[in-house]
Amino acid sequence: MAIKKQIQELQKRREEVQMGGGEKAIEKQEAMGKMTARNRIKALLDPDSFQEYDMFVQHEARDFEMAKKVLHGDGVVIGSGTISGQPVCIFAQDFTVAGGSLGLMHSRKITKIMDHALKMKVPLIGINDSGGARIQEGVNSLAGYGEIFFRNTISSGVIPQISVILGPCAGGAVYSPALTDYVFVVENISKMFITGPEVIKTVLGEEISMEDLGGARVHSEITGNAHFYALTEAACFSQIKKLLSLIPANNDRKADILPTRQPKPDFRIGEIVPDDPSLPYDVRNVVRAIVDDSDFFEIQENWAANLVIGFGRMNGETCGFVCNQPLVLAGVLDVDSSDKAARFIRYCDAFNIPIITLVDLPGYLPGVDQEHAGVIRHGAKILYAYSEATVPKLTVILRKAYGGGYIAMGSRHLRADFVFAWPTAEVAVMGPEGAANIIFRKEIMEAENPDEMRQLKVKEYKEKFANPYVAASKGYIDSVIAPEETRNILLHAIEVSGEKSVFLPRKKHGIPPF
Amino acid sequence: MTEKKAMKSQEAPEFKKLEIQGNTYLTTYTRKYENRKNWTKADPKKVMSFIPGTIRQVLVKEGDVVETTDKLLVLEAMKMMNSIYPPAHGRIKSILVNVGDRVPKGALMIEFE
Repeated sequence: MAIKKQIQELQKRREEVQMGGGEKAIEKQEAMGKMTARNRIKALLDPDSFQEYDMFVQHEARDFEMAKKVLHGDGVVIGSGTISGQPVCIFAQDFTVAGGSLGLMHSRKITKIMDHALKMKVPLIGINDSGGARIQEGVNSLAGYGEIFFRNTISSGVIPQISVILGPCAGGAVYSPALTDYVFVVENISKMFITGPEVIKTVLGEEISMEDLGGARVHSEITGNAHFYALTEAACFSQIKKLLSLIPANNDRKADILPTRQPKPDFRIGEIVPDDPSLPYDVRNVVRAIVDDSDFFEIQENWAANLVIGFGRMNGETCGFVCNQPLVLAGVLDVDSSDKAARFIRYCDAFNIPIITLVDLPGYLPGVDQEHAGVIRHGAKILYAYSEATVPKLTVILRKAYGGGYIAMGSRHLRADFVFAWPTAEVAVMGPEGAANIIFRKEIMEAENPDEMRQLKVKEYKEKFANPYVAASKGYIDSVIAPEETRNILLHAIEVSGEKSVFLPRKKHGIPPF
Repeated sequence: MTEKKAMKSQEAPEFKKLEIQGNTYLTTYTRKYENRKNWTKADPKKVMSFIPGTIRQVLVKEGDVVETTDKLLVLEAMKMMNSIYPPAHGRIKSILVNVGDRVPKGALMIEFE
């Protein structure tokens, strides 16, 4: 039969393309501790679920002797498949083919799968491993990047977009991940920067390694560009699977609801928070004492750690947690933590995920560096994000809620649906020491023993105002609850908020303090 | 585990202090917080580089009395020839750069008396 021969030909062509840049290049890739593009897809997707498209696409570049060069798949693999049964679209740049450089056809393959993802309303995963623009293709590669950025933006808030940095991602290329929802990095493998070490050395004379400039740790701890950090590619893929299990496939849906599981008994909620508001504790243990199976999936664990964000399930439903972390910088709000909270709140709002806020903060971080870094405009992002969010918003004040920090952290005034407070809560315009010094300045100054008088007045203020009852008496707090009651009352609040609908004035879009 | 953590915070040997609005809290610092730069007032007698780059021209010498319209230096950075002018009328005390020098951001280039 003639067709047999043609099928053999197809097989031969497929095999050729699947070898990417050839054996030597694959060996080199693996020597760097990196998987090949197709192996990465295989490791991430359900077995045998991957369907590849545009396998036989070839570049059309003619300048600089490019006509002679055959680049299999033009350096990128695209397709669709499933992860835990959920459909996803995916592209993976193939570093073995011309260093995964981005030319016109390479970018067209990526934008084709992006268009599919948006049309089909399924998550998009991009695995980045590329030397950057294919210089030989000139302005066509720039056009390619632009087309990708545009789609990233239009898809934002409609489908989840996940970027996995498994190699270099430099220059303009970094802006695609930056526009997506989640960026995953792996130790020693991920490298992201606008201007690389070589340029920095020649232009500025500053010597720095790629790792120190834009390695996985830098982006997880210093810049906040990355959301998840892993030691190996395999561990990174597990994180992606876990994340996808917690979020909906698109903005018309809710995340899958799992059967309810009780929190583990080792997290005893009444014993985590010290009574003294000046003593630290790990707020993540409070979350673990509340959520199903004590399973809290933290995001941006190492960046702006004075504020904790992440997902946990309540009666099987995914909720987003925003919590001050007294363990780090006393849980203050600052430039970075404001950015972190605001973006996460907007994510939850876009994807129908209720927001639970746990409050314990002394206020904003003092310092010239903070003021000059624009803590005013950054801090305003939290107010904007909470006010604008229309998903159920539940707030629990655990301990301190002073001043502007009280307003910012999901207060009634920014339209929290329910505000609860523990008996240890202190809702006040500022901490007792500061307040007493201002209100009783005259008495303290004129006293025979000012220190004694100050202590007395601080005590007086504490007794009168360092509690949740003043705010509760005005209806700013709905209920004062015992710590042990927290989970059940939140479950109830989520239940009654199930059909929440809010009508905001019609507008094209607001102007958030970007 | 939870109890252990709470115990630890009671003893708190490794915690650091942070003062906010008159109240002192025990907590930990982030690396970014520890590495923050202290602010210093800009000295109007010192001409510092506002961008890293290379000195292409030095148009004055020590002892010169210059006006704010007299060009002092040309600092090439990011393919731009940046002309550097004095912040005020004055006499140049010392010039700390030569043609061809690469300077980082914030480097002292010229000092006035």
